[in-house]
Amino acid sequence: MDGMHDLGGKQGFGPVRYTRNAQAFHAAWEVRVNGLYSLAVKLGIFNMDEYRHAIERMEPRHYLAASYYERSLTSLATLCVEKGVVTVGELEQRAHGHFPLAAPSAPGRTNVAGRERFVPGDRVRVRMDYVPGHVRMPGYIRGKTGVVVNESPVYPFPDAHAHAIEAADEPTYDVRFDAAELWPDSADAAFVHVGVFQSYLERVAPGA
Amino acid sequence: MSDQLSLQQGTASVEQRVAAIEAAFDARGMKPGEVVRELTHLAQEQWVPQNGARVVARAWTDPDFRRRLLANGRDAVAELGLALPRHHRHLVVLENTPTLQNVICCTLCSCTAFTIIGLPPDWYKDLEYRARVVRQSRTVLHEMGLDLAPEIEIRVWDTTADTRYMVLPVQPPGTISWSEEKLAALVTRDAMIGVARL
Repeated sequence: MDGMHDLGGKQGFGPVRYTRNAQAFHAAWEVRVNGLYSLAVKLGIFNMDEYRHAIERMEPRHYLAASYYERSLTSLATLCVEKGVVTVGELEQRAHGHFPLAAPSAPGRTNVAGRERFVPGDRVRVRMDYVPGHVRMPGYIRGKTGVVVNESPVYPFPDAHAHAIEAADEPTYDVRFDAAELWPDSADAAFVHVGVFQSYLERVAPGA
Repeated sequence: MSDQLSLQQGTASVEQRVAAIEAAFDARGMKPGEVVRELTHLAQEQWVPQNGARVVARAWTDPDFRRRLLANGRDAVAELGLALPRHHRHLVVLENTPTLQNVICCTLCSCTAFTIIGLPPDWYKDLEYRARVVRQSRTVLHEMGLDLAPEIEIRVWDTTADTRYMVLPVQPPGTISWSEEKLAALVTRDAMIGVARL
């Protein structure tokens, strides 16, 4: 989905609030959320793709205003309700107030037909796919051309794995993009490397 | 942290919401207290940047290990007794040179090789870093205190799949004969993310 989470290249944000030796946690409840969601994953209530997708489904204003661990908490609660572990009524009763959850999921998809195997040096284009469910293709590479640098071992296909749809595991390709092609005339000179699932890629004919 | 414009009146605080989930888990015999204690220990005592620092120090002092690390990070860190979660199937180690700076990020969420380089710092998970570092890399690094000469190439690695990355920093000059232990003490999490040089 083209959700609020897809932040790469968005403009208007100010300086990074950087401090040396910054902490991962700032409050005891954040540590508890981290433990509780890990427990839910360990118990098989949901997988990491479902977890990420439930964060993406948060109402955009809630997503932007929430801290990292509030997003984690919202995903955890949403999935526990959707999986029938607990009702929202029980959660709200226990929390003594409203408990905002993420919006319902749109359909997922299985692997793209006619996936190709690539080797380092191949030129590839990211397909112009618009996916209503979970997808791990950041919007800034859609339709863009890059060069394959490496291949990873196969992974569950996230577009399917977040929606309990059958799919073959597939490799991801480390694809190198030139920032000047991603954002012509409005990016610092750099190469941007993205781990791109095989289903998102098509070959660019040599010389094209 | 919640924006009251986006959340309806009467929204429970985050602390109340966490307590609600924990109580619901407890009522179902899922033993959240025990697991939270165990995971808190892991998060604060085991998943620390000192792990990655040991890997870097070994790579600086042992050329064969360095080769194995660059070829297959997951297998190489296992030699030091370090592991990644099962779903991180690949650890790619990115070697900096005097003319190359690698930087890692996750624009879609906040993925990191947390068992090796430590849980990500707050700024790594903030909207600013996620939105800007892919597009304004040199500017963002400058703002964070890292000034790179124009001839230094920047490569930004966006962690969009379950492959994980860590940066192998350049060994500081004048430390060539140092012991592995002393070298490891020099290595910071931020240098393994790639926003600092040593």
